[in-house]
Amino acid sequence: MKRRIFVTLKNGVLDPQGKAVHHALTGLGFAGVNDVRIGKLIEIDVADDTSDAALAEMCEKLLANTVIENYRIEAGPEEVAR
Amino acid sequence: MKTAVIVFPGSNCDRDLAVCLRDVTGQAPAMIWHGESELPEGLDLIGVPGGFSYGDYLRSGAMAARSPVMQAVVKAAAKGTKVLGICNGFQVLTEAGLLPGALMRNAGIHFVCRPVPLTVENNQNSFTSKYAAGERITVSVAHHDGNYAADEATLARIEGEGRVVFRYAEPVNGSAHDIAGIINDAGNVMGMMPHPERMADLGAGLDDGRRVFESLLAA
Repeated sequence: MKRRIFVTLKNGVLDPQGKAVHHALTGLGFAGVNDVRIGKLIEIDVADDTSDAALAEMCEKLLANTVIENYRIEAGPEEVAR
Repeated sequence: MKTAVIVFPGSNCDRDLAVCLRDVTGQAPAMIWHGESELPEGLDLIGVPGGFSYGDYLRSGAMAARSPVMQAVVKAAAKGTKVLGICNGFQVLTEAGLLPGALMRNAGIHFVCRPVPLTVENNQNSFTSKYAAGERITVSVAHHDGNYAADEATLARIEGEGRVVFRYAEPVNGSAHDIAGIINDAGNVMGMMPHPERMADLGAGLDDGRRVFESLLAA
C-alpha cells in the first residue's frame, strides 16, 4: 500500500527557502502571497499489514527531525481511489 | 592519546582532521569507515568530521546518524569516550541524539565560508581548557546548515548549565543565541560548526583552533 508522509517545519521555525520563494513570487508580480513554507512529501510503498504505529515510528526515527519538524501521514492516491 | 576519525561517504574534512590529530598527538588516528560496527579498543577521542555525508540526503547528518558506525559511537560516548563533531560532524551528533537541538539552513540562505570571530564561553571542559574564558578567537566556518535551533526550554537549560562552549561574536547564520558550539551534560561530547582543524597548523599563520586539540591532549 502507498502512503504519503508530509514533513513540514514547525510553526515559528524560520524557513529561509520559503522566504526566498515568497520574495521571488512577489518579484514575478504575483500579488497577495501572504507566506510560503516549504516542506517535503515522501511517498512510501509498504506491506499492506504495516501499522500506523510502525509508520509513525519511521517518521520519529528518521523521516522527520521532531526538534524542528512535524509530520503527517496520509493514504496514498490508490487508497483514496478505492 | 589514541584517536579515531569516522569517514562517511561524502566526508571531506576527514583528512584535514587526521593531519591535525597526528600533528598534535604524535600518533596517526584510526580512520573508521561508516559501515564498521565496532571501534578500536581504548580510544580517547573520536572525531566526526566535516563534509556532506550521504550527500546531505533527507537532512544534513540524518543518514550518517543512523549508520552502523554511529551506533558504536553512541555506545562509546555513553561509556565516556570523548567525541568531537565538527561542522557536518556537529549535525550528525545532533541527529544521533548525542547533543540537543538541530542545525537548520542558514538564515541568510547563503553558504557561509569565511573566518569568523568566536568567543570562548566556557573553558571548564576537556575541549577548551587551553583557552581563557571569554577569549576572542578566529576560526573559519564553511557551512550551509549551521543555524542552531532548539526550543526555548532547551536553550534555557544549556545556557544555564554553561554548555554553550563557543558563541559567534558577530552574526553568521542566524543561530539561536549565536551558538557556535555546545557540549553534552556529561562533558565528553562537543559539537561545533567552525573548523578548528583548519586553523591548527603552526606554519600557516592562523592557529586559533589548535588549542581544542591541545586541550584534549592534556585532558
